[in-house]
Amino acid sequence: MNENAHLLASDGDGFILDPEDLRAIEHERAHYEQPQAACIEALKIVQRRHGWVPDGAIVAIAETLGIGPAEVEGVATFYSLIFRQPVGRHVILICDSSSCFLVGYDTLREALSSHLGIGFGQTTADDRFTLLPVCCLGACDGGPALMIDDDTYGPVAAEDVAALLEDYP
Amino acid sequence: MATIQVDGRSYEVDGKDNLLQACLTLGFDLPYFCWHPALGSVGACRQCAVKQYRDADDTQGALVMACMVPAADGSRISIEDEQAREFRASVIEWLMVHHPHDCPVCEEGGHCHLQDMTVMTGHSRRRYRFRKRTHRNQYLGPFIAHEMNRCITCYRCVRFYRDYAGGEDLGAFGANDNVYFGRHREGVLENEFSGNLTEVCPTGVFTDRTHSERYTRKWDLQFAPSVCHQCSVGCNISPGERYGDIRRIENRYHGEVNRFFLCDRGRFGYGYVNRDDRPRRPEWHGETEETVTLDVDEALDRGADALREARRVIGIGSPRASLESNDQLRELVGQANFSTGIAEREQVCLTRMRRLNRDAGLPTPTLRDVESHDAILVLGEDLIQSAARLGLSVRQAVLARRERLAEARGIPAWNAEAVMTLAQDARHPLFVAYPTATGLDDVADRCLRQAPDDIARLGFAVAHAIDVKAPAVEGIDESTKATAEHIAETLLAAKRPLVISGGSLESTAIIEASGNIARALATRGRRGGLMLVRREANSTGVELLGSRPLEWALDELTRGAADAVVVLENDLHQRLPSGRVERALSAARTVIVLDHQRTSIWERADLGLPAASFAEGDGTLVSLEGRAQRFFQVFEPRYHRPETRIHQGWRWLQALRASLKRRAVPDVTLDAVTRDCARHHPALAGIVEASPSADQRVSGLKLARQPHRYSGRTAMRAHLDVSEPRPPQDPDTPFTFSMEGYYGFDRPRREVPFAWAPGWNSPQAWNKFTDEVGGHLRGGDPGVRLLEPTEDIGDYVNEIPPPFTSGVGEWQVVVLPRLFGGEETSSRATPIMARAAAVRLHLSEEDARRLEAEEGDTLVVETSLTRLSLPLRVDTTLPSGLVGVPAGLEAALVTGDRAWLSLAPEGEEEPP
Ligand code: SF4
Ligand code: SF4
Ligand code: FES
Ligand code: FES
Repeated sequence: MNENAHLLASDGDGFILDPEDLRAIEHERAHYEQPQAACIEALKIVQRRHGWVPDGAIVAIAETLGIGPAEVEGVATFYSLIFRQPVGRHVILICDSSSCFLVGYDTLREALSSHLGIGFGQTTADDRFTLLPVCCLGACDGGPALMIDDDTYGPVAAEDVAALLEDYP
Repeated sequence: MATIQVDGRSYEVDGKDNLLQACLTLGFDLPYFCWHPALGSVGACRQCAVKQYRDADDTQGALVMACMVPAADGSRISIEDEQAREFRASVIEWLMVHHPHDCPVCEEGGHCHLQDMTVMTGHSRRRYRFRKRTHRNQYLGPFIAHEMNRCITCYRCVRFYRDYAGGEDLGAFGANDNVYFGRHREGVLENEFSGNLTEVCPTGVFTDRTHSERYTRKWDLQFAPSVCHQCSVGCNISPGERYGDIRRIENRYHGEVNRFFLCDRGRFGYGYVNRDDRPRRPEWHGETEETVTLDVDEALDRGADALREARRVIGIGSPRASLESNDQLRELVGQANFSTGIAEREQVCLTRMRRLNRDAGLPTPTLRDVESHDAILVLGEDLIQSAARLGLSVRQAVLARRERLAEARGIPAWNAEAVMTLAQDARHPLFVAYPTATGLDDVADRCLRQAPDDIARLGFAVAHAIDVKAPAVEGIDESTKATAEHIAETLLAAKRPLVISGGSLESTAIIEASGNIARALATRGRRGGLMLVRREANSTGVELLGSRPLEWALDELTRGAADAVVVLENDLHQRLPSGRVERALSAARTVIVLDHQRTSIWERADLGLPAASFAEGDGTLVSLEGRAQRFFQVFEPRYHRPETRIHQGWRWLQALRASLKRRAVPDVTLDAVTRDCARHHPALAGIVEASPSADQRVSGLKLARQPHRYSGRTAMRAHLDVSEPRPPQDPDTPFTFSMEGYYGFDRPRREVPFAWAPGWNSPQAWNKFTDEVGGHLRGGDPGVRLLEPTEDIGDYVNEIPPPFTSGVGEWQVVVLPRLFGGEETSSRATPIMARAAAVRLHLSEEDARRLEAEEGDTLVVETSLTRLSLPLRVDTTLPSGLVGVPAGLEAALVTGDRAWLSLAPEGEEEPP
């Protein structure tokens, strides 16, 4: 008998997957032998709609895929491009890996930080930008590199920062 | 075999091992974290680095992780190499960058693998000067405390919990230097083996919460080699005591039984030993309702007088008491007046099982051996609830297919990540037939949810499909036939098929069906196994001792054929309907009860004699494997509570017998009563050899129960008496109640109170006691096996029940074993009760609809003997026509009985 039923009470905060997302996740799941494999795609689908992955979505995805929420949360928190907290309209990811580190990552981070008035993990008061570190973007030949939403830039000089951000209202 | 060179000297090692295993087996102190003998290697922590050289000319060498490199013939390595040493010291330094260094307040301190490794590598100075990352801890339930800051990110916890034990609710979160191990949300850890995290985690992240309130360091605990009394598996344990209370239970390594792991009932269910309301002095419950506490002599006199006046005295034994105590009771009252104390239905099952262990042609595997079977059929058991540790072994047997697949491609079994990646969810076939969902369904090929009689029919059909001479099942439907044939083919195709059944559903038909399958496999020359689950710690033993069931004893009393009864460690209300028990006890003029718990029987006895629990007593139990094992007294209760008069059941009974005959009470020892018992029962002749006798010495010394650093001995009784008494003497065992005596690892010995070796304070010290890591104790694994199959295979049994049909307006009861709350003694421990699920009646969806009842509604279940109201649980896996009742609630509800159900009118629910 399942003695643990009392421990399993759903704690999804009433989050309900959008029917379209649900269909998309089920579609992804069908591609793989193991349901775990569809986990990243499912998280991306939810993030596309909400801008981030709310707590309740972890449980909802786990239930849809038939795996434990701990497993989904493990994947969600491993990837720096899955956001587990609300983010601004645009996300700035500064590469802090070795090549960029050698060619001025520090200065670039300082410049962005003081321009926006926020540190890593923070969002500007107008909800426009969130600043996050990221590991190697594969743009090492043009370090220091950063990424805003889906666009990669580099090398980015400290004085270019203000102009660059103008493109992201 | 392979020859490897370590620091210039040659050694013979097992070439299938990795270098770390080989070095540890050779006795070298090579530090490691992420590797575990039962979990294999992942090369994550980098702690086990050694220098490896290509050949004799290579003077440079290269650093390798010992746990990831095979111990190939001709390997040359150095542990002592300066670069390797420095590397290991710097690994531990960086693993400890965020570590809080809070050993003085950490409950791992003193048995901590991280402490041991830190000392071993010589890292003694912290250079990191920056802010440490910190974490929030979680509430994980009544068993486990959580302190994440101490984590060194070795990943052992999730590898055990998820990969080994099949748990889902523990994960690794985050990345980089910010990794968190816990639940996705705070809450009770669900897995039944969560307690092993306290030993698997090399640091103080997961510690024993039941130990926390009154904490004592390992070096201040007194230990004894003991055997778990909480089910029939017989796991070996090391209970630790301080100030007269058991403080925690540690795993005691047994190479063939539990090896590294216990279940949570066994580890956390000891609280009944420490209960305040335990009887600690003899009690006389007189006519006047007043309770008088007595001293030993007085109690024996009154007891003897009462028995002398009796015309005939009945003795009721117990499957949770030792063989010695049961046998002494039998001696007191005589064979003709002795009952096993087991209800008839259960005893019939036990007898059938014992016979099958001898004449079904297949041997009973040990738990370790279970893991090398490659196709398993479970008939009528939810192993995780009824014999949890066995269930964990079955899981390993099923998962072992991955290792077989990997081996075929030259990947060694210890290379855990590679094995998992290659084999994904490849599994050996497992079939589970049980009325509802079970704890092994997630790794089962097929789960067949059926009524007991249909499970039996399926079993008989499997036997017939294996060997046509086995009786055929008449009127079998096509789909059952196809399933049976599929199972039969699978079992026949396996190298080592295993059939597991047992007495949980109290169905002799199911047991005999498993016997027929075993016989059929044996007849077809298959090297398989048959494992039969019993209910309690000594069910197998007391059945071997043999005698009449409990009903007989009660009837003798009720009809006045006897007028006195002595009940040994047995709360009869747990076994038979209370009315029947009460009638019998009221008819008796004298009721004498021996127990360590204040049961309802104790309360209504004329004379109560406080018996020892496993913690204060010694004795022998026989496990489901037929292994007789001795458990030894952990502490002397009078040392800290001088007023107590607790003695082993067998000692009381011996003394009572002497008093009855007006003889002086003789000095009797454990060895003497064990020998007596062996002499009286040919089937038990082997038990003398189960353990060394009291005169065993190692290097001329008795064996120490206390670690050599045990502190405070001269002060711990100062509130009672300023002069320290002589430590209690122990005439029964080779152990001392003292730190004086042998405590080392290098002289092989079979019974080890606690594992310690120089430099190894954590449970990893067991590697020093085994012939190879994860192997067998060098002194031999404890116990002797009593039940081996004979040459002659018995005849097939034709006891095939008709198919189950659901009744109109009536339901068939199935009593469902529960790990937490379903066992008499552990359910008196507070953490177990806190962990137990709310009790509910299980009913199929269809039946719930028919009764117009919804989840949570109160239902009344009524049989000819009893009536019980409980909330409903709609069980989507249960077949219609059955009502599932959690075990441990009402002895009058028996599997197979007919019950009537009704919805309780609002406001009239009785509390369970
Ligand atoms: S919690 Fe313990 S077992 Fe888990 S990774 Fe951390 S140190 Fe290792
Ligand atoms: S499986 Fe049984 S014997 Fe082993 S620890 Fe659990 S309750 Fe004790
Ligand atoms: S290191 Fe920055 S892009 Fe590669
Ligand atoms: S034990 Fe070898 S790398 Fe961890």
